[in-house]
Amino acid sequence: MIDPVILFFVLGAVAGLLRSELRLPAAVYEFASIVLLLSIGLKGGIELARQPFGNLLPQMLAVVALGLALSLIAFPVLRHLGRFTRADAASIAAHYGSVSVGTYAVAVAYLGSRQIAFEAHMPLLLVLLEVPAILVGIVLARGLSRETRWGSVAHEVFLGKGIVLLLGGVFIGWAAGPDGLASIEPLFFDLFKGILALFLLEMGLITAKQAGSLRRHGPFLVAFGIGMPLFSALVGTWLGWALGLSIGGTAILATLAASASYIAVPAAMRISVPEANPTLSLAAALGITFPFNVLLGIPIYHALSVWAHTFARG
Amino acid sequence: MHSHTRTLLTIVTEAALEGTLVRDLDRLHAHGYTITDARGKGNRGVRDAGWEASANIRVEVVCDAETAEAIAASLQEQYYDDYAMILFMSDITVLRPQKF
Repeated sequence: MIDPVILFFVLGAVAGLLRSELRLPAAVYEFASIVLLLSIGLKGGIELARQPFGNLLPQMLAVVALGLALSLIAFPVLRHLGRFTRADAASIAAHYGSVSVGTYAVAVAYLGSRQIAFEAHMPLLLVLLEVPAILVGIVLARGLSRETRWGSVAHEVFLGKGIVLLLGGVFIGWAAGPDGLASIEPLFFDLFKGILALFLLEMGLITAKQAGSLRRHGPFLVAFGIGMPLFSALVGTWLGWALGLSIGGTAILATLAASASYIAVPAAMRISVPEANPTLSLAAALGITFPFNVLLGIPIYHALSVWAHTFARG
Repeated sequence: MHSHTRTLLTIVTEAALEGTLVRDLDRLHAHGYTITDARGKGNRGVRDAGWEASANIRVEVVCDAETAEAIAASLQEQYYDDYAMILFMSDITVLRPQKF
């Protein structure tokens, strides 16, 4: 059974490829992404209130290391096999070390419709995985040069829309608890999949627009856009298993590792590494990796996680 | 009615630059500016404002000719190589010269 939200994504992509007149107002897309970010944060916050924070520390550190490692692995591949300039390779590597909230939301919907439980503090790991790759990307492009204005980089990274809404949601969820949130549940939890469907419709349209630049920049980007998430998902699955996450949690961590950012990282890279061509990283992250993860990747990562857990048990 | 000539400097560029651009304008002594969302097409492709990465802005500054020249020179040096940006100037007539 295919999830209807996926069909919305396909509809958007097909409409875009056929050059339909369809166009969501920018405000609708923005509203949809704000609701998604907040509801993911709120869900995480509610659960965070139920367990002591200290227990999560090892997982949080491991996830930061994961973000650093993935972008450091992607960089030489792009630089030497892909023959990108240093700035372009660094920028694309940062996109792949970071995460996509849209992909996370689809994975949550996928597991939800199959009634597979996962650790509720995943939104916190999502936030943590978003940041380190950006810093690695800037350092890879620039070296530790004095010219980099770290103050404005930090402002861009930590006060970007994604982090503020996710952490804000976590805080509100944690402070208000499940009972306090009952009154706003209809918008943020009951409508989650409907809003996700609208969001994916627009994502389909945006994805279709990358087709032109993919044709220009050739097969390496396509191969990287599929190969890198598969590799990252293996690392994510291993880490999830090593950290003792459940099957659902491991699948989510694998999905997070596999996903490539298209909101926080492009904005930060545009300001901090302006000589990197944003078309390349967006064509790979949005034109290839996002549709791959949404359509095929998530079921694969779920299967990987099931396999890892069965295998480990012997 | 006394009218006075001033320069209207119009900049069309990526929305991602808004924050830094505004700081530049303040530093270069622009007394004010107006920003509107924009979309269009140039030699860096179609920028249709469908979402963040393809959003464009149009910044208008009314100032005296020297300030306009200084802003134009500074922006050209800092941003022309790496960003989608155009700017142009025109003479306009204003009624209250002390404002600009």
